[in-house]
Order: sequence, then C-alpha cells, then structure tokens
Amino acid sequence: MTVADPSALQPGLQPRGWLRYFSFSLDHKVIGLQYLVCGFFFYLVGGALAGVIRTELVSPIADFVSRDTYNEVLTLHGTVMIFLWIVPVVNGAFGNYLIPFYVGARDMAFPRLNAVAFWMIPPAGLLLISSYLLAGAAAQSGWTAYPPLSLTTPAAGQVVWILSVLLLGGSSIFGAVNFIATVLKLRRPGLKMMQLPMYCWAMLGTSLLVVLSTPVLAGVLILLSFDIIAHTGFFNPALGGNVVVYQHLFWFYSHPAVYIMVLPAFGLVSEILPVHARKPLFGYTTMVYSIMGIVFLGLIVWAHHMFTSGTPPWMRLFFTIATSFIAVPTGIKFFNWLATLWGGKIALNSAMLFSCGFILNFVFGGITGITLAQVPFDIHVHDTYYVVGHFHYIVYGGTVFVIFAALYHWYPKFTGRLLNEDLGRLHFLLTFIGFNLCFLPQHWLGLNGMPRRVAEYDPAFTTLNQLSSVGALIMAISTLPLLLNVVVTALRGQSAGDNPWNALTPEWLTSSPPPVENWHGEAPLVTEPYGYGHTPAESGR
Amino acid sequence: MTTTNPSDLRSQTQPDEATPSAHAEHQHHDARLFGLATFLVADGMTFAGFFAAYLTFRAVNPLPEGSTYELELVLPSINTVLLLVSSFTFHRAGRACLADRPQACQGWLAVTAGLGIAFLAGQMVEYFSLPFGLTDNLFASTFYALTGFHGLHVTLGVICIAVVTLQSRRGGAVSASSPFGLEAAELYWHFVDGIWVVLYALLYLL
Repeated sequence: MTVADPSALQPGLQPRGWLRYFSFSLDHKVIGLQYLVCGFFFYLVGGALAGVIRTELVSPIADFVSRDTYNEVLTLHGTVMIFLWIVPVVNGAFGNYLIPFYVGARDMAFPRLNAVAFWMIPPAGLLLISSYLLAGAAAQSGWTAYPPLSLTTPAAGQVVWILSVLLLGGSSIFGAVNFIATVLKLRRPGLKMMQLPMYCWAMLGTSLLVVLSTPVLAGVLILLSFDIIAHTGFFNPALGGNVVVYQHLFWFYSHPAVYIMVLPAFGLVSEILPVHARKPLFGYTTMVYSIMGIVFLGLIVWAHHMFTSGTPPWMRLFFTIATSFIAVPTGIKFFNWLATLWGGKIALNSAMLFSCGFILNFVFGGITGITLAQVPFDIHVHDTYYVVGHFHYIVYGGTVFVIFAALYHWYPKFTGRLLNEDLGRLHFLLTFIGFNLCFLPQHWLGLNGMPRRVAEYDPAFTTLNQLSSVGALIMAISTLPLLLNVVVTALRGQSAGDNPWNALTPEWLTSSPPPVENWHGEAPLVTEPYGYGHTPAESGR
Repeated sequence: MTTTNPSDLRSQTQPDEATPSAHAEHQHHDARLFGLATFLVADGMTFAGFFAAYLTFRAVNPLPEGSTYELELVLPSINTVLLLVSSFTFHRAGRACLADRPQACQGWLAVTAGLGIAFLAGQMVEYFSLPFGLTDNLFASTFYALTGFHGLHVTLGVICIAVVTLQSRRGGAVSASSPFGLEAAELYWHFVDGIWVVLYALLYLL
C-alpha cells in the first residue's frame, strides 16, 4: 500500500498550507480544525453577548441596554453558544479529527458530506448574527422559542432564527450519519467494537441521539414557522392550537441535546485521564453500557422540563423517576474516572487540571440536576436562576472545561507544538475561579426567587448579581492567556515530537501533524488503547 | 503492553480503504446505503414528530363547531394503491438492473415515475376539492402540513428516478456493476411509501 504524493490525490481540492483551512477540503483533520476555529470564533461572539447580559445585570434596572435588546441578546447568547460553539466543537471538531484515527481509517465514511456539513455552519451563524444587526429584527423569545411568545415577538427575527437553527440541525444530522457509518462500517479489519477508544462509543451514542431527536426539532420549527408566516394555529391558543405540544416536541430534542453536548465530553475526558495518570481507563465495559444507558434514558425524560406546564400527575411521576435513574449510569462514569486517577502517576498539567475541574463542576451540576428532577422542588425553582446555574455547571463547567482540556491535550497533535504550561495553568485558574464565582451565586438567586430572562430585578438581589458579574469578567479575562498561548506557541512554541504524552491511542502513532491520509504505512491495530503501566494480562479486560 | 502486533499488519482486504483513490472517490458501497438508511431513520423521526403532534391535537383540542375529521376516501385510497404498486415496479427495476437488462430497468423506472406523478396529481385534485383551507382549523392545518411534507418527499423521489434513469441510459453511472444510485433511490422510495401507509391510516381511516 502506498501513499504517493498526497497533493496528487485531489487535484484542485487540496490546497496546501494554511489556505486549505478556507477551502472545501475533504480531509477529516482539516474539517475538524475548521469546526474548532469556527466554533471558537462563535464562542467569542457568544461570550461578548454574555458580557452584555452580565453588565446589564450589575444594576437592578435596565440601564445598559433596553429590555427588548436584552431579550435579543439572551436569545442569541443561548443559540450561539449551544448550536455554534458547543455542539459543533465537541462533536464536529474532535469527532472529525479523532474518530478516523480511532477506527484505523484514512478518513470519515463520507468525506464530501462531511465538508458539506461543516460549510453549512458559517452561513447559518452569520445569518443568525445578521438578524441582530437588522435593528429590532432579532429573535427575542429565548433559545426555546416557546409559543405564544415566539408568535408575538418581531416575526422577521424569529423566522431568521428558525432558518438558522434548521441549517445547524441539518449539519448536525449529516455529521451524525457520518459518525455512525464511520464507527460501525469503517473499522480497520481485526479491530473489535469493545477495543475502540471510549470517545468512539461516546460519539456513537451521541450520533444516535442526534439522528433520533434533531429531526423532531426540525419538524416542530417548521410548524412554528407556518404559524408565523402562514398564520396557521398549531401552537396558537387563540386559533385553537396547543402550546404544550410545542413544548413536548421541543424538549424531545432539547433534552437529548444536553447529552449531545456532554456525552462527547465524557468520551474526551476518558481519553485524557488515562494518558496523564498513566493508568488504564477503569471499567471500560461499564463505561460503554453507561453511555448506551444514558442514550436510552436521555430519550425518555424530556417532560421534566415541563412540570409546570399542566403536566398530569402520572407523567410527572414517570419523568421524575426516569430522570433520577440517569444518575446511575452517570455516577458509574464518575466513579470510573476517579478510580482511573486513583493511585495513578498524575501529571498535573493544563489538560489534567481542566479535566479535574470538569469532574468537580459536573458532579455539582449533576446533583443540582437531580434536585431539579423532583417535582416539588422544581415547581419552586422553575424558571429561576437556579436552573441557569445548574445548566451552566453542565455545559460550561462540564463540556467547555473538557473542550479546553482537549485543546491542551491534542494541540501538539494538531500543530506539532506544545502549548505553554504556565499560560495554560493561568488560563485554568482564571477560568475555574471566574466560572464558579459567576454561576455559584445564581443558585442562591434562584432559590430566593429571581426569575431568569429578565433585565430588571428586585434590588435585594443586587449583591449576588454583582458577584456573578465579577465572575463573568474574570471568565472574559481568562480567554486572553489562551489566545496569547495559541498565537505565541503557533509561531515559536516548543516542538512536541510525534507523541509528547507517550500516549497509546492510535492518533499518536503517526507523525504530528499527521500526513494527509493519516498513516505513513498501514493503519496500526490498537487493541489496548489504555494499556498503561501493566502487561495486557493484568488488565482484566 | 499493547498496540501494534506486526502479524496483524497484513494488507487489508478491502481495496477501498487501502488505495489513495478511495479518499477522493469514497467508494464505500455498503457504508453509503447504510448511511442513507441512517438518514432515513432521521427523516422518519420528523414524520414521527408530526404524527405525535397530530394525535395529541386530535385527543386534546376539540375542533370548532361545524368542522369535521371526515375526509373523502376514494381518491386517497386509489392513491395508496398507486404508491404500493409503484414500490413493486421500482423493485422490478432494481432486479432488471442487477440482471444487466438496462432497457427493462428504464422501462420499470418510467412506470414508477408515472405512478408517482399520478399520485401527486391525485393529491392536487384532492387539495382543490377539499372543503377547508390551510388555516381553517387545527385539523386542516395538520392535514396540509403532513400530506404536503409527504408530497414533497414524493416529488423528490420522482426527481431521483429521473436522474437514475438518465444515469442508466448513459451507462456506467448506474449499471449492474454499480447499482448504488438505483438502490439508494429504491430504498428512499420504499421509505416514502411506508410513511404514506401510516399517514393514510392516521389521517383518513382514524
């Protein structure tokens, strides 16, 4: 098997150098980095919007922006962060970069579809943001777009929002089809499913969720756009419609969406911890079953978002119990990660610090999640800042911490250079302090009754809100060492060599950065991706 | 400790993964049909969401005075038969293609496309003869949204048949040795057909 001159493979399609990152490249590694950089751009956009929110909330009156603008900003903040930063990066970026290596393939199953899926994102993102620039036209009904609110706020912005989310959902479905086909159909001969690195399982589970739930969101948004444009009455009570049906269909996607955002993070952290603790991943089989358990349970718990929507008692009971059950597979994963660290030769570098930060934050977010699943408590804190706090502990304290950990871990693979550890630790420290200062006080605010999604609040809540805003400022500052680090090391960073962490997963068994078709010869057969510090016979697997 | 066992580094049996051209041509025959099937599961979930919404509306939201769920049954039943027959004719086209009889294949494809167009025409006739419009009541809106979304799928299917027929005529792109395009269109057509059966039962018979 020979790989000739790589540039000869796709004449006209594979420009060399940095220009290829702006091309319709079919190389999964280029596409992965396109997702990453594009997602990070939107992270900065979403972060700026969060900055507007927190600045407004420094004082109890709407003095920084008007109420309508505040509603636009919070809608765009949620939409941008979820659909343009977290979902594309934790799935698209790392999934595209790593999955072909992990299954021993030279690319994804459908490289062209892969490129199409990525190139749907920048236009959708620009469309979304442009709706904000057209004065008074941005969507104002939050990322949930609940009718009848979404039917009464300015229609143009809401329609643009729907179009943009439909495009992003389509991109997500194409990506998921590709991941499922790659993991199930493109595995190197001799590689068994139960020998795959855990991230493959996480992406398989996530992609199943995307395929089963995202189309339902697409369908319900199409019906919502009918209500706005054609004046049908699906979700308009005045025309005999039913708003609760919207909520059911919306949450049928948007609860699994939380797992679409965290399951890949579970997978990534399962790759990072064994390498930097020099120990095998504890409980591989239970990890696999708990991922699949979360996928199954994740599809049948959506109505716990609707305990105050006139949900009948039997439904409340069912969804409370089902939601509480999710703590079991999630708990299994936590104890597995702790057991992986236990007695390990831990390198407390930036990747490990962010991973440990993730474990801490996510345990906290997970526990507040269990409290929210209990109907009596949920009715008390529904639509308050308690929910905002909980959610951000999951998606920021959980997933974004893992994205940063993954960046420090795989940057040497992407570029052949190491990120600076001092700047990395500073980045971690600022992020960890800023994040907890920003979102921990929100739990008290919520318990005391401060509603979410409002620009004005009772002056009694001022101190805690200001504390939260200081935290947000520290989070904004924490981005600077990261940006500085990426730019400086890209120019003159320490050379990493091919495998700076002495890792055993397949992506490290080729050069850094890897050649166009991943391997210089045959793809290696890696049956023990976590065989650290012992002989295979002792692993118990 | 691990990783590479040299004896396992034997050359791979699947040429698609091993040759550089695979990257550009991505001839993963099996994976492509599998990928399409996965996508159709997603598409089916959109319909499932619509059906769930429709059934809930029907169970919870009473229609205004003077409106009814009753629909005329003859034309849609004929349409159902047309689509079921078209699945059979598409199947014959597929078998003819694999048996390397391109002319027969093209013939069956033409019959299938004709049945599809007849279905769409019947749908239009029904639309214009119905006593209610899109915004008249919740059932009317749901009816048009569901049948319209399905009709869009049939239209796309007819276009696919036209493309596959052209590819078969020119030879090479669709033939006994590379039947993927035809198989994909056939799988899609059966899917659209199956959705119609459920839709017919829920909208017309229930």
